[in-house]
Amino acid sequence: MTTTTSSEISFLKNLQSGLFRFLGLLAFDVVIIWFLFNAFGMEFYSLGTVISIVAVVVNSIYLVPKLAPLRWMAVGLALMIIFVIYPIVFTVYVGFTNYGDGHLINKEQALEQIQKRTYLPEEGKAFSWTAYKSVNDEYALWLRDEAGGGFLAIPGEEIVKVESGTSGVGELDANGIPSSIEGYTRLNAIQAATDQNLTEIMFGVEGETVQVRSPSEAAELVPLYEYDQISDSFYDIETGITYKNIDGTYTAPFGETIKPGFRTNIGWENFVRFFTSPALRGPLIRILSWNFLFPTISVLTTFFLGLAIAIMFDDPNFPLKKLIRTLMLVPYTIPGLISIIIWRGMMNPELGVINRTLEQLFGANAAVPWMTEAFWAQIAILIVNLWLGYPYMMLICSGALQSIPSELYEAARVDGASGWQQFRKITLPLLLVAVGPLLIASYIFNFNNFNLIYLFIQGGPPIAGASTQAGHTDILMSYVYKLAFEGGGRGVEYGLASAMTVVLFFVVAALTMFQFRFTNMWEEVSENV
Amino acid sequence: MSSFNGIKRLTTSISFTKRFSLVIRFILALILIFFSIFPVLWIISSSINPSNSLASVKLIPDNWSLNNFYILLPSQGAAIREFSMNILGRDIFPHVPEGKFIFPFWKWWWNSIKIASITTILSLAITTTAAFAFSRFRFKGRQTMLKSILLIQVFPNLLALIAIFLMIAEVGDIIPFFGLDTHAGLILVYLGGSMGLNIWLLKGYLDTIPRDIDESAMVDGATSWQIFISLILPLLRPILAVVGVLSFIGTYGDFVLARILLKTQENYTLMVGLQIFTSGQFSLKWGPFSVGALMGALPIMIIYMTLQDQIVGGLTQGAVKG
Repeated sequence: MTTTTSSEISFLKNLQSGLFRFLGLLAFDVVIIWFLFNAFGMEFYSLGTVISIVAVVVNSIYLVPKLAPLRWMAVGLALMIIFVIYPIVFTVYVGFTNYGDGHLINKEQALEQIQKRTYLPEEGKAFSWTAYKSVNDEYALWLRDEAGGGFLAIPGEEIVKVESGTSGVGELDANGIPSSIEGYTRLNAIQAATDQNLTEIMFGVEGETVQVRSPSEAAELVPLYEYDQISDSFYDIETGITYKNIDGTYTAPFGETIKPGFRTNIGWENFVRFFTSPALRGPLIRILSWNFLFPTISVLTTFFLGLAIAIMFDDPNFPLKKLIRTLMLVPYTIPGLISIIIWRGMMNPELGVINRTLEQLFGANAAVPWMTEAFWAQIAILIVNLWLGYPYMMLICSGALQSIPSELYEAARVDGASGWQQFRKITLPLLLVAVGPLLIASYIFNFNNFNLIYLFIQGGPPIAGASTQAGHTDILMSYVYKLAFEGGGRGVEYGLASAMTVVLFFVVAALTMFQFRFTNMWEEVSENV
Repeated sequence: MSSFNGIKRLTTSISFTKRFSLVIRFILALILIFFSIFPVLWIISSSINPSNSLASVKLIPDNWSLNNFYILLPSQGAAIREFSMNILGRDIFPHVPEGKFIFPFWKWWWNSIKIASITTILSLAITTTAAFAFSRFRFKGRQTMLKSILLIQVFPNLLALIAIFLMIAEVGDIIPFFGLDTHAGLILVYLGGSMGLNIWLLKGYLDTIPRDIDESAMVDGATSWQIFISLILPLLRPILAVVGVLSFIGTYGDFVLARILLKTQENYTLMVGLQIFTSGQFSLKWGPFSVGALMGALPIMIIYMTLQDQIVGGLTQGAVKG
């Protein structure tokens, strides 16, 4: 990277910069090692792995002389690995799992939770009990086992064997029951038998819990499920049913399941579901066709309006040209979110200014159901996007128009071509060469234009009878968002949503490759020496 | 067309056609201007509408007032009110919005400006140096990297938000400064996405600067870094302005990432704040919203209007270059 003019000065300079680099790298590595130590200590394995990769990349960039040019982008690359590439890898990985509601935790955690489930056995070790209640409606239980030992059981505290006189336990009566416990009053047999809450309360701590079983007996809860490691299944001791692990959920032969399930790899299941599930397919066909229709119409309308304006004012002598252009640029200068919310207000069916004006001009029936009827909602979105998009098209078209040599028009006029012919045969083809790639870029942008669809109308109005929350203006991206983050009645489904994202990526990547071919951008990269 | 002006003036019929077409174009221009600025006029109209409601058809509403602008000066509101009573004999804030009808505009606005400025400066540093390397050095994998950088950007990144959220949460457990609900964390994520199209724009511009400049400097013993700082960077100023402005505007207008990473109201950016403010019964909060929208759009509109020629130049240059 540096030229060695073999002078001593340059040698010293190299030494100096090398030392500098070395010290910098050392400081970086110290911080990274501290960070990794913490990350793995807190069991953040994926974060730790990503940072380790970044550390390896950065170190090799600075230590391997061949990679020296990458020193110019080390920070950018590191941040890109962490916040762009890793999330993509994560998304692809999640696409092959059942991650989502009911499958949010890993297997270890799920096993632990399930093994904690207990039930009150019909038989087994039992105590006779006496209940006590405090003024704050807190309960305590005095338990006596067959040997006559007394235990004090309070929810959330360990059950302990207590002698009278300690822990606030008063004198024992003839039956070995304390007449009083500090802070609590004793309930008599009738009060205790009719108390609604008593049978619901778990006394003691997790793992050693006692519950009231009958007016005379309290018993210790025992684990409900027995785990068999070899067959990876749970045996329900109470009912005798075996639950086998099917795709991260312990499922009985008749379909009952134990919750929670766990995150696990389920192969191509999500992709298969995406393409074949009848519940998804119904709305999916609508969504897909709108997903292609919307960017197509949007690109065409914005392009032709922009082009028309560019041609109309492609005349240096047009009065007030600059002012007109500035005013027409206004939509481009307002942050998109603000514009979209403003349009949502203007197109509000009852109160919005557009419908009110239509009503004033053409009578009460002239109001348009912008937000409530599928067709009009789609028209509304196209109008808003036309407003948002045409200034950009106008700009790039007028730039490209000026690059078309005027001799071509003069030659055409000499040959007697009409204005329309000139437009068809000269303007449009030459213009498309220049702005074609941008049209595809705009298509790609609108293909995933989540912000517009979601902020304007949340993809609504809903498609009747769809099992998921699909709407008539939903594109795949907004549908994915709803599946992943809103869930509706079915719960969030990160796995399915990720699988759909991967499919979407291939569509968009294909379009992008096509665009590159169109622009010869690939070749341009190689040509530029 | 202009070259024919001389001939056209000779025949009255042509001059009539020309004038007629001028008038037609003028009328069309007026219609289009109306279309493009109508939402702005309307939001101005709602901001001075005291009824807070969406339902207003008149451009200048009856009993118009500056009532809604109260949200911009909640602490000085009382003083201004008194002043207006004494001097104008009229209460300019007749019914002051309260509770959920009010939001901390300046706090959010400052957060947005701060985050967008820092992100822009840092991302310019990252992308300019990277573009310099791509333009000036020849190394293995250079083309693949350039292509991948662009292809990666088209990955639909909504779901990646889950990974980003989890990661920032974990980072925050180790270094709270970069955690959830911090501006530093958000800026870091924005910077991660800055290696993209901008590198292409800058590299395209760098390629047009002749390499002879660097080579002669190199012969004189300058290092690449010296060449970059003292020779190339000054020449990049026009494209840096364009890329910087576009990046500022992009960050200022983002709401999805900020919405997911920022939790407490006083940390919101303006876009997140306005979006959350208007969700729910937004028709009732329309007055305060329109003031916020107007004031929020203003900085960007001013930037565009003042730098119009440069931005348009940068965009069309990109367009023609592809």
